[in-house]
Amino acid sequence: MTAIEASGLRKSYGDVHAVRGIDISIAAGETVALLGPNGAGKSTTIDMLLGLADPDSGEVSVFGGPPTAAVDAGFVGAMLQTGALIRDLSVRELVSMVASLYPSPLPVDEALELTGMSALADHRTQKLSGGETQRVRFAVAIVANPKLLVLDEPTVAMDVEGRRSFWATMRSLASEGRTILFATHYLEEADAYADRAILMAHGRIVADGPTNEIKAKVGTRTIRATLPDADLDALRLLPGVSSAERRGEAIALSCADSDAAIRALLAEHSQARDIEIVAAGLEQAFLELTGDGAHSEPSAVPPAEAVT
Amino acid sequence: MNSRYLRYELLRTVRNRRFFFLSLGFPLALYFLIAESAKSVHRLAGTGLSAPTYFMVGLISFGTMGAMLSCGVRIAAERAVGWNRQLRISPLTTRAYFRAKLITAYLMAILSIAALYAAGLSLGVSMPLHDWVQMTLLILVCLVPFAALGIVMGHMLMPESIGPAMGGSVALFAFLGGSWFPLSSHGVLNDVGQLLPSYWLVQSAHVSLGAHPMGTKGWIVIAVWTAVLVVLARSAYRRDTGRV
Repeated sequence: MTAIEASGLRKSYGDVHAVRGIDISIAAGETVALLGPNGAGKSTTIDMLLGLADPDSGEVSVFGGPPTAAVDAGFVGAMLQTGALIRDLSVRELVSMVASLYPSPLPVDEALELTGMSALADHRTQKLSGGETQRVRFAVAIVANPKLLVLDEPTVAMDVEGRRSFWATMRSLASEGRTILFATHYLEEADAYADRAILMAHGRIVADGPTNEIKAKVGTRTIRATLPDADLDALRLLPGVSSAERRGEAIALSCADSDAAIRALLAEHSQARDIEIVAAGLEQAFLELTGDGAHSEPSAVPPAEAVT
Repeated sequence: MNSRYLRYELLRTVRNRRFFFLSLGFPLALYFLIAESAKSVHRLAGTGLSAPTYFMVGLISFGTMGAMLSCGVRIAAERAVGWNRQLRISPLTTRAYFRAKLITAYLMAILSIAALYAAGLSLGVSMPLHDWVQMTLLILVCLVPFAALGIVMGHMLMPESIGPAMGGSVALFAFLGGSWFPLSSHGVLNDVGQLLPSYWLVQSAHVSLGAHPMGTKGWIVIAVWTAVLVVLARSAYRRDTGRV
């Protein structure tokens, strides 16, 4: 059964093309990470999947119907990216208030227990710390007892302990067969907790597949060296190297395994000098995947005006 | 209607002590300040009403307009923390959301009315029971446009700006509608006043004279304001939630 089916989604806000035509299909029971740097269009995509925003074009269905129907049926629990809590209620009262809106909610005490908020259940919401507020927002999302749980950068304001217990709870929720979609810009989170990652950049999906494949694609390091007469095709065949390109006298090797690659490179080309190994940040990796990398790569050559 | 949701909504309103006591206490204090000294005036400036009766309804109009518009303050506060988005991804319908807000506003208004009735009785206001009932019903009807205005403001303004906007609107409606002093029976102020729902709110005091204070004109004014503000509230809500 399909939990989410979206095709050709587009959404602009004024001149900002937040989402530029994406297709997503998520089967029931999958745990999927929506991975991308800030401004990639993750939150806008989530808004459309939840029915909070109408796409300019394209179709979304959630459990076979429009998102609002799934929401009205109580199938969806969500923790949005921004948001605080309304004041003048205790944590328990707030979670009960939300629970009362759903047809078959989790027991409130269970939701508090799962989010580690039992001890603070009688505290007023306006007196909580940022990390505690995030936990309550998580409790609000799961008390719905949802078939589909959507979380937009859930761990952002959480402390280390908060994150640990958060992901432990997520694991157990996923093991109950719920469909989980979470947005993150941490590759490690996607790798550790999702079966599958959908990579977004500039409002497009640039990769979609099992997390280990995605990790291999973006978890790369780049070896740069000055090596004037190397044969690019030969370099590409070195162990650990996934692609090679030349910039003047320098070469740049994108490596899935930079340790193996550097050993092989030096064994064959001991004359290589000015060697640098840099981890491609996620952002850089995304840009390269979208083909915009060449433009944003810092240039070794000064701008033309400066030379003349 | 989900009664548990409504119960928590009311609980939040009562727990907001400063709001709760100020919005009930302020009109009450003003009433004693104004009407106590004029206790012996039996016919106030051609209204045919005693000063305590006139000012009782005048201050009721002031307090209840504030109570109705404060529903906008609660909406704006919830929007500011993103709570309305959280509710929109729950099965709570838009209708039920507004119903809870309106019931809360009306209960605040009824408390304000009750407090001022008690204050009025203490200053010698008296009328037959059916007049009290009829007056109360008229007041509640005349508050409908203010409920819609509260929703308009709640969805158009941020919490920082809604305070002054609400205070200013109540002051203006009260001033032009005759809450503070009786409008002269003719002239520009009276002509303008008669086009405002607050005027008819204050006029409801005249039931104690055995008259039908609303008249056709009053009903038309209330109906038109309600219709226009409901349309505005609907569009403010749609724009706010991106469903233009």
